[in-house]
Formats: sequence, C-alpha cells, structure tokens
Amino acid sequence: MSTTKAAEVRLEGVGKRYGNVTAVKPLNLVIEGGTLVTLLGPSGCGKTMLLRMVAGLEQATDGRILIGGRDVTLLSAGERNVSMVFQSYALFPHMSVLDNVAYGLISSGIRKREAHAKAEATLETVGLKGFGARLPSEMSGGQQQRVAVARALVLEPEVLLFDEPLSNLDARLRRSMREEIRALQQRLGVTVIYVTHDQAEALAVSDRIIVMRNAEIAQAGTPSELYAAPDSVFVATFMGEANHVRGTVMALDGDMADVALGPLRIRLPHRGLPAGAADIVIRPEAVRIADAGLPATVARATYMGSQMEYHFATEVGEIFATSPDRTHRRAPGEEIALTFDPEGIMLVRP
Amino acid sequence: MRFVGSSMFIWLAGALGALVLPWHMQQDGVTLRGLFALGAEDAEAASALTQAMAFGRFWFWPVLAALALSLPGALPLGTRARRAGFLVAGGGFGVLAVVLQGLAIGIQGWNWEWATAAFGELDDRQFGMGLGGVVTAVAFLLLLTDGLALRGWFKGDRFVSGSVGVLAASIIVFTAWPVGNVLTQMVTPRGDLSGAEALGARLFDAKIWGLSCTTANVNCGVFWNTLMLAVSSATAATMLGLAFALIVTRTGFRAKKALRLLTVLPIITPPFVIGLGLILIFGRSGVVNQAADAMFGVQLGRWIYGFGGVWLAQVFSFTPTAFLVLIGVVEGISPAMEEASQMLRATRMRTFRAVSLPLMLPGLANAWLIVFVESLADFGNPIVLGGSFGVLSTEIFFAVVGAQQDFGRAAVLAAVMLVVALLAFIGQRAIVGKRSYVSMTGKGDVGLPSPLPNGVRRAAFLIALPWATLTIIVYTMALAGGFVRVWGRDWTPTLSHFQRAFALEWTPAGGILFAGGAWHSLFTTLQLAAIAAPITASIGLLAAWVLTRQRFAGRTALEFALMLTFAVPGTVIGVAYILTYNLPPLEITGTAVILVACFVFRNLPVGVRSGVAAMSQLDKSLDEAAITLRASTFRTLRTVVLPLLKPAIVTALVYSFVRAMTTVSAVIFLVSAEYEMATVFIINRVINGDYGLAIAYCAVLIVLMMATIGLINLAVGRRNLGRRTAAAPAPVGGRA
Repeated sequence: MSTTKAAEVRLEGVGKRYGNVTAVKPLNLVIEGGTLVTLLGPSGCGKTMLLRMVAGLEQATDGRILIGGRDVTLLSAGERNVSMVFQSYALFPHMSVLDNVAYGLISSGIRKREAHAKAEATLETVGLKGFGARLPSEMSGGQQQRVAVARALVLEPEVLLFDEPLSNLDARLRRSMREEIRALQQRLGVTVIYVTHDQAEALAVSDRIIVMRNAEIAQAGTPSELYAAPDSVFVATFMGEANHVRGTVMALDGDMADVALGPLRIRLPHRGLPAGAADIVIRPEAVRIADAGLPATVARATYMGSQMEYHFATEVGEIFATSPDRTHRRAPGEEIALTFDPEGIMLVRP
Repeated sequence: MRFVGSSMFIWLAGALGALVLPWHMQQDGVTLRGLFALGAEDAEAASALTQAMAFGRFWFWPVLAALALSLPGALPLGTRARRAGFLVAGGGFGVLAVVLQGLAIGIQGWNWEWATAAFGELDDRQFGMGLGGVVTAVAFLLLLTDGLALRGWFKGDRFVSGSVGVLAASIIVFTAWPVGNVLTQMVTPRGDLSGAEALGARLFDAKIWGLSCTTANVNCGVFWNTLMLAVSSATAATMLGLAFALIVTRTGFRAKKALRLLTVLPIITPPFVIGLGLILIFGRSGVVNQAADAMFGVQLGRWIYGFGGVWLAQVFSFTPTAFLVLIGVVEGISPAMEEASQMLRATRMRTFRAVSLPLMLPGLANAWLIVFVESLADFGNPIVLGGSFGVLSTEIFFAVVGAQQDFGRAAVLAAVMLVVALLAFIGQRAIVGKRSYVSMTGKGDVGLPSPLPNGVRRAAFLIALPWATLTIIVYTMALAGGFVRVWGRDWTPTLSHFQRAFALEWTPAGGILFAGGAWHSLFTTLQLAAIAAPITASIGLLAAWVLTRQRFAGRTALEFALMLTFAVPGTVIGVAYILTYNLPPLEITGTAVILVACFVFRNLPVGVRSGVAAMSQLDKSLDEAAITLRASTFRTLRTVVLPLLKPAIVTALVYSFVRAMTTVSAVIFLVSAEYEMATVFIINRVINGDYGLAIAYCAVLIVLMMATIGLINLAVGRRNLGRRTAAAPAPVGGRA
C-alpha cells in the first residue's frame, strides 16, 4: 500500500454550465501532489460539482483538467486514475465486503485470486481484518465508511476524492474518522480532494482549504490563513463565528490603516481597502472587557460550562463574545467597555 | 485501451455486412452455401461489394466508400481527435448512404420522380434489405456513436452513446417513420382528385364528423361515436374503480384480498372474453333473452350489439384498470392530512369532502384519462359487439381489410385517432406532473387512514359489490360457454370444443400429432411472445437506465419521443406497419419479424416503467462508484445494476410476455397464414359465430397466463407484482 502515486491536479478555466444556469464559474486551481485539499462551502455552492468534474462523473463545459500533467478532460471516470468515497458510501449491497473492495481490481483486469489477496491487505490497513465475508448491511456506519475508503484505496489512485464522507456518522465517530482519514493520507502521501460543508472538519484535516460560494472560489489558503485573515465577510462568518460591524477607514499609512469603530480608534492592516466606510469582522474570542474602549451594555450572559457567552449592545451593533473567565461574570445591564485583540479583528471586503 | 479494440470489432462487423453477407433479404434465409456462392449468378443473393462490382449497382459505392472512410478511425492509430473525426464522418456518411440508397431505389427503380428526371430511368431495382444491409447499417450507427463518444459526447462513454443511438434509431425506424407514413398516406391522390382535394374529401367526411344522430335515428360520425363511448366508459369505470379502491383501502371489508384479485384480470384476459360473456348472457340466444322469452314472452332483441353493449363490455374490462390506479392514489394520501383535519374538528364527511377528495382529484383525472385512452384504442370489444355501431379502431380495420382497401381513409381515421390519443396523453402528463403534492415521499407515513363517512361507505358498497358479482357472472358465463354444445339451443355438456381446438393424436410412428385447429396459432403465439419478451425487457430497461441515469443533450427529446410512442394506439401502429413494411427497404410484412417488432414497441412502456420505478429506488452513487472503480459502463450494468434490478426484470419479462399473448389491435393487421396469433384466431372464430371454440381457446389462454404469473410470483415473492402503483408499476394503459 505504499506505492500510491501522488499527482498534482490542475484545473485550467474549468467550469460547468447547464443552459443558462452556471453550476461552476470557470476557475483556475492547482492542487499540489500529496496534499489534502478541502472544498468547503454551503450547499449549492458548486463544490460537489467541482469534485465530480475531477472524478469524471460530470463533464466540464469549459476548460481543461490535468491530473499528474495528463489532460483528462475528455476521459471517462474509469479512464482517470482517481478513486472516490461517496457520501452514501455506495457499497454494493449484494456483494460481500471483500467483493466490494476487490471490485475495482477485477474491473482493471487483475486475476480474482490476486485481487482478493490485495483487497484483504487493504482491509487490514483500514482495520477491518477478517470482515471480508460480511455483507455491507451487517456492518456499522463507521465500518462501512472504512470499507468505502478501502475500496477506493486499493486501486492506488493518483488522486483520492471524498464527497462529504462523514455526514452520515454521529458527532463522536466523525471526529475519530476524520483523524483516521488524515493519518492515512499522510502515511500514504496520496493527493486528496475532500468536500465538506463543515468548517471544523475542514480545519482539522486540510493542508489547504478552498472556500466556495455562488459557483466560484471565495478564498483559498491554509486553515490558519483563512481563519486569521479572511478576505470577505462571507469567509469570515463561514470559517467559525464572527461579528460583522461597520466602521470607517480614516487614513492609510503604509500597510496600516487608522480605523474608527464608534469612539474607538484602532490600527489594522488595510489589506488594500480604500479610505471610507469599511466592513470589519471580529472573532468572539478576541473581545476583551476593559476599562476604556467601545462603550457597551451586557445584553445577555450565558454560562456554557467551559466558557461564558455574552451579547453586548454597542453603538455599532450587537457583538457576540466568548470568555474563558467564568468566575467574574458580568450581569445583564452592566455598563462596560470593549477592546479587541488585534489577532481577531480585521478589515474585510463586503 | 479497450476503446480501440471495440471500434475495430464494430468496423469488422460492418465490413462483414457490406463485403460478405447478402445485402438483400433471402427467401430461404442465409445459408453457408449461399454465402460461399457469393451470389455469383444472382445479384439479389450477393453482398454490396459484389453487387457494385459485378452487377453495376453503383448505389452501393457510397456505402463502401463510407466503410473505407471510417477505417482509420477504427484503427488504434493517431490522436483521439483524428480517430473521432474519421469515425463520425465515416459512420455518419455510412448511415446516410444506406438509408438513402434504400429509400431511393425500390422495386420499380427510382422511388423519387426528381431522381428519375435527374439521372434518367433506372433499368434496375432492389428488394428489401436483408442480413447484410441491417448488419452494415447498425455497424455504421455504432461507429458514428463511438466517434461522438471519442469527441467527448455522453461524457466520453461509448456504451451510453451507443445505447442512445440504438434507442433513437429504433424509435425512428419502428414508430416515427411508420406513423409519418400514415400521415403522408392521407394526401395520396384518389381517382381524379389531387392530393390536397383527396385529403379534404377524406378529412371532412360526414362518416367521421356527421351529427345526424342528434336529429334522426341514425348513427353519428365515427368520431362522435368514439368520443361518446370513451367519455362514458371512462366516467363509469373511474367511479366504479374509486368505489372499489375506497373499499379495499379504507374499510374493514373481509373479502379485500379477493377484490384485489380483480386487478389482475385485465392483464390475463384476452380482450374479447368480456364481449363473449355478454353475448352469452344478453345476446339473442343468451340466457337473459331466453328467460325473458320463456317466462314473459318478451323479445329483448339484439340491443347488446351496439353502443350499449360495447359500453358495458368496456366498463367491465377497464374498471379493474381504474381500480388498480386508484388504489395507489388513495393509499398515497397521507393519513396525517386526514388526522389533522379531524383534530381541527371536521366531521368525517367534511374531512372526506374537503381534504381527501381534493387530494385524490388529480389521481382520479389520471385514471379517467387512462381509461379514456384504453377505450379509444380498444378493438376487441367493438369488433365483437359493435354491430353497425362503428368506432375509429374498427372503421380503420374495415377500411384496410374490407372490400374498400382504402388506405387513404384508414390513414385519415388513424390520424384523427392519433390526435385524440395525443391530446389525452398531453393532458395526462400535465396532471401527473402536477401531482407532486400528493404525498409520495417513500417514507412511511405515520397515522391511520380515517374510516370513510357512513354515506360514502354505503354508496361504495352499493356500487361495487353488485358490480363485482356481475363481473364474476360474466366471466363464469364466458367460460361456461366452452363446455356446452350450442349455447342457447343445445345445453348438453361437452368437451368437443376443446377437442376441436386442442386434439392430440398418435401417429403410427408413435409420435404426437397436434391435430387440433388451435395448436398452430398457440405455438406461434408462445414462440413469438417468448422471443419478444426478453427483447422488450432489455430495450425497456436500457431506456429506463439511460433516461434516469444519464444526462446528455437531447435526453428530454428522447424521453418525449419514447413517451409519444406509448401514446400511439395499437390500431394506428398496425396500419402504419403494413403501410411501411410491405415495400423495400424494410420488407418484413408477413414475417415473424414484423410481429416481434410490433410486440416489442407496443409493450415497451411496461419495461420502461418498471425499470424507471426500480431505478429510482437505487442510489445513483452505486453506479458512479462502479464507474470510478474502473468498471466499464457495461460491466457496471451487468454486475451492479442488473443484480439489484432482478424483480423489475422479472416483472418486465412476465408482463411483456403475457401482453404479447393477449394483444389484438395492432397484430390483427400483421398476421399471415404462417404466423397466425392466438387472439386473431379467436376473433376469426367469433366473427364466424363459432363461440364454443373461441371460448375454449380463451379459457386455455387464461389458465396458461395465470400459471405463468403464479409461477413467477412464487419464484420472486410478491415484491413487485400488484400493490402500490408507485412502487410497483403494473402495466396500466396502452393495451387493446
């Protein structure tokens, strides 16, 4: 199982249209070999369509798709060296687990005995040794998930595709499965494209995240880049919780800008935005209660066990905040002032 | 790459067809000896190549050129784009060349006057296409679709592109072309009338549109007859069907299961059993007439032969169909709706009137239209009971086989019928399309359906139970008729009718001699139905798979064309087939091929519907998983889709087999002495007044078909036969 080849995936102006409807606007994207890249976005943003175009299950109406330098745009799914793990697993219900895993090998013309031996070995790598004779319906959700992964892996694909693979599992299992998938990917060094709508999952497994919205790429970057420096209100609010408020860029000074947020004056990187009205996002954990700053009233305070959650009423709008300090609780109606940790406040495009 | 080898294989098949096999149809079939003789003396027995070279038949040169043109595409040389170019050009040109030469040159030289004018009189002729022609044409078609797939059409999948090509071609050849022929036949000149005048004379014939029955005591035009009959049959059958459906789904009636059996009747009944039963009851020597005469000295006359009789027979025949459809409709109403209504303090009656009935309304309209179309297309009942009361289907029949031999008139009548059927079909599609608010989620609905209000329940029982009894009486009478010497005159029980039909004798040599008169047609029917069933099932399932699983340009058009072919009444198909296939290029009238083609394309809806229903319950990602696991599309079908579709396959097989045995409307035009069908044999006995033998034969058919269905039911369990129409599509509509 160590011979898996990691290939680069290159999309050049790839898009998909149905008549007047655009499912994916033409976009360029390079996915480096051996990395795990997540396509993240709300439902209907085109992420699954993009994945299916890479798989060859949908035909791109624009552009070229190259896998490992080879143009595969016109090739059918079976002719591309990719494998896919489906959201519903799509295990063949009438075949045993071993037959499911060996299916792709036998399709590729490998002898049955050899295929079965290889399938057994792959089942072992996903921790399912000895389950080969069972039917998929006789296994738990997590086990079925592993079978689906084994079935994709056994073909030693250049690219492995995951389409929301964990959405049918319960929360606890999801966490352990995503770690397993990440560990497996790093051990085998295979290129993985992973579709999900769950930002926590994306942050946990990815080398890079491509956030998609309205059939195009909203922003691409490493998990920390996207969380710490989102380009837009959409990316900021989609990647974790964020307050969106309006302020004013008073003056530009090198990379920095002087920003007015109510009576508060702060210096932030201007990130190419001009002077004038500006959109600002603030992470809840970056809100600090201070003696001076943005005047605020505690509207609601909720005890959450590990932290406190506050809603503050301010002149720029309601601000949601979390605080690890559970001993000094603030009561509703209390007048306080807010400042913001510079790591968690940023200017963004609307 | 697999790709290369397969295109080459197709090309070789094409080459075999064009270079070796005899191009035209051979009287005695294709034999090895004939092949080796290579038609050295007889041009008709030669291949296209020989005919072009040795007999100067220049019209084969384009075919051969196309074959040569496609060769570089079939060879594993050059880039994909280059090969695709050769394949598309060669295949496309080849299809065109085969079709054009076939249409252009017939048994009297040029078929087209402008061709004679341009190229001069042709001193040669050709007959219908045979093995070589067909193999070559199919090969060209597949080379073309291969080329298109290589170009990236159909996601680059050559199996899908080939399937779509074959489906489209067969719809064109076996439905669009014949129906188009019927339409052009309407304008053939008659006597000294030009085409347009003849069309006008035929189209505005008082025999079709006359309304004199409103003023005088004569029959109206056949159009009005047909319309009146269809509307009244549909209304009565829908109401009866609703009563049955309500009893079965919403009451605690004990004999529910027995009532459900009613739904099987129309499937296994040859279309004129009901008519025969009615004659034996109400006919001149029927039991009722005899009793009335004996007891009260009243002569009831022959009222059964006419509108009343046909209507009665149709209501008997089609009520089970409406029943079957409406069971699904009533079961499809979510009990939660009715419970909600009751929680809102509505009475049962108000719940039924304000909630249940409106929810059923689209379903009722659908059932009504299905029966309407069945009545329109019905041939068996009007031919047995119509007397002087003519409807479109019987008039078409008499225009073709009668003394008139007036194909123009038949064509006009067929066109009128086609238009009405298409309108009904469009109406039905519109209704079914809107029906989405009826809860068909596939999830189990919680809650109990509310019992019927008393008034409605009483009415339902009052309507349904007497009718069920009557149905049983009609069937009993119909079958009893086979066991008495002469109904109405000599009641001696006898098996002589069965003996005449199915006598077996021992030959001196010890073999069995099938001496009875019915054996020949029974064997032919069984044989052809058995040939047609697997073809119907495979084409139907393939179409269902292509339509539900593949997305490609023109899919909607293909689906629409396929659905339209379902709407064409059998009589129209029958006329269209004899008009089209008794001349080259496809001269298959009088052969078994035409009958099998007719069965296949008439029964295709069964295969398509059961396939679509089954396919929509199969997760689409199963096929996709197989595809990404490098299975070819064909392997995906074979190893994943088909095993999971077993019940649907069996349903399609059984129903297409059974329906092939009971159909009459189209087949009656197509039978020949050699290939006589059971139903046609029976109808000829009925027309000759030989009811005993006809009934004996019907009884045997019914038993045979019940045995078939029963066996299959045992073999696969109840899963896909009967029950909900949504889950298990029993073939509703399109019979006759």
